Amino acid sequence: MNPWYNRWRKIKSSCVSGLCLICALVVIAPLALVLFHLLQKGASSLDWSFFTQLPKPSGDPGGGMANAIVGSATLLGLAGLIGIPIGVLGGIYLSEFGSPRMNWAIRFAADILSGTPSIVWGIVVYALVVLPITGYSAYAAGLALGFMMIPLVIRTTEEMLVLVPNIYREAAFALGIPHWRIVLSIVLKTAGRGIVTGILLAAARVAGETAPLLFTALGNNSWSHRLSEPIAALPLQIFTYSNSPYDDWLRQAWAGALVLILFVLALNIAVRVMTRSRTPHLTR
Amino acid sequence: MAQEAQLNTLKNAPPAPAVAAAVTFDVRQLNVWFGANHVLHNVSLAIPTKAVTAVIGPSGCGKSTFLRSLNRMHELVPTARVEGRITLFGRDLYGRDVDASLVRRRVGMVFQKSNPFPTMSVAENVTVGLRLNGMRNKGLLAERMERSLQMAALWDEVKDRLDANALSLSGGQQQRLCIARALAIEPEVLLMDEPASALDPLATAKIEELILQLKNDYTIVIVTHNMQQAARISSETAFFYLGELIEHGQTNRIFTNPRQKQTEDYVTGRFG
Repeated sequence: MNPWYNRWRKIKSSCVSGLCLICALVVIAPLALVLFHLLQKGASSLDWSFFTQLPKPSGDPGGGMANAIVGSATLLGLAGLIGIPIGVLGGIYLSEFGSPRMNWAIRFAADILSGTPSIVWGIVVYALVVLPITGYSAYAAGLALGFMMIPLVIRTTEEMLVLVPNIYREAAFALGIPHWRIVLSIVLKTAGRGIVTGILLAAARVAGETAPLLFTALGNNSWSHRLSEPIAALPLQIFTYSNSPYDDWLRQAWAGALVLILFVLALNIAVRVMTRSRTPHLTR
Repeated sequence: MAQEAQLNTLKNAPPAPAVAAAVTFDVRQLNVWFGANHVLHNVSLAIPTKAVTAVIGPSGCGKSTFLRSLNRMHELVPTARVEGRITLFGRDLYGRDVDASLVRRRVGMVFQKSNPFPTMSVAENVTVGLRLNGMRNKGLLAERMERSLQMAALWDEVKDRLDANALSLSGGQQQRLCIARALAIEPEVLLMDEPASALDPLATAKIEELILQLKNDYTIVIVTHNMQQAARISSETAFFYLGELIEHGQTNRIFTNPRQKQTEDYVTGRFG
């Protein structure tokens, strides 16, 4: 073998693996940059009153985003009420009951929906719900976010259920247990952790959505006392404040963005922890 | 209590015989297809009550399918189709008004790979069949749990860790737990699909000993690849080959004086 050829081959090899390393770093770099930047700009405005007080008019010092934080939590709760049951039951159908043709259609629809831009959800809910029925309200916003959750939850639920080994279904059938009880008490329980993981990831995904809220929640500078009223939400508040010319609002927008990303980060870390300590049979 | 009464009426729907019937299953001209694949051809045999019947044959000969047709487990494969007739104590297993899950409550099954439910404790695994079929009475559940574990010769080993996860037991213990789980719903028949093939010799010996005890109360049908095992524990043996029942008779005779050439070749280890 020609030694020159051999050396050339090794150089090529290290060039390619070096290129791969650089690309991998490019993935990490934005996260580090975003976190660093937000901490730098937002941390100074994060204080107790940020979490406990209502927004103050521009010029007044202090004030916070308490209503937006509560609003975001409310909207996530409403979205979960819609997205979790429909998504989980739909996933159960795909994994346990569906016929191949039906499943193909449902999966196709779910994949299209999960790729649908969120602003499309916003205008659809605006046209079909906000204008004719509810007006700007927490209901409408929860509906839009809930619809966004459904395809995400359906697909992860299905994937987690398919991972449950068939030997457990067989054991349960052999005991004469009715099919629906097998699904609820045995299959779903075995996949429980994975499904919760999927739900958390879907929640993290919609928690930061802004576009659908512009058309549905509208925003609110005070507390919302009814779900039929416009409601504040962190992403909306950040959007409004960051478009303002006032310095203290801009600082609060940074702080809000920091809170939002820390929330999403916390959800993702929770997911990591849960998947690591998964029950042994699924990793075996 | 109403639910338990219901459970018992369901279980006994076709009346269990007052005097012990000599035949538990009567299989006539059984044919099974999976899609276009004709797996069992015209199988006819009678399975005696309170005895161990061994089903032997090379892989793919249809013996597992035969076993599963006895409690309709093969129906979990959507393309499965059955022709012929199987009766359990004289009642048609495949009758229009017979629900498969009711059949399975009377005909229990133990699988090759032990499969205790991983989300449940030892005790919960034993009682799961009763609980998910509607039994709520805690005293009765505890009583059945202890009795089933005793019958499965597991009680002494696990009585101090009934709340431990079922997967913390050893492989042999897990398989006996599965036997206890099957016994807890008080079936009349126990089907076993190579129950010891994944176990070491000691655990296998325990399972075999257990089978010999259980046959005093239950009709047992066991699929096995292990010829010595069939000879040790069964009173009757059925030899399947390529989807056909080649020979069926007393185990002793099948092993010492087979009538068919194929049976002789198989039991002497010349093929398979």
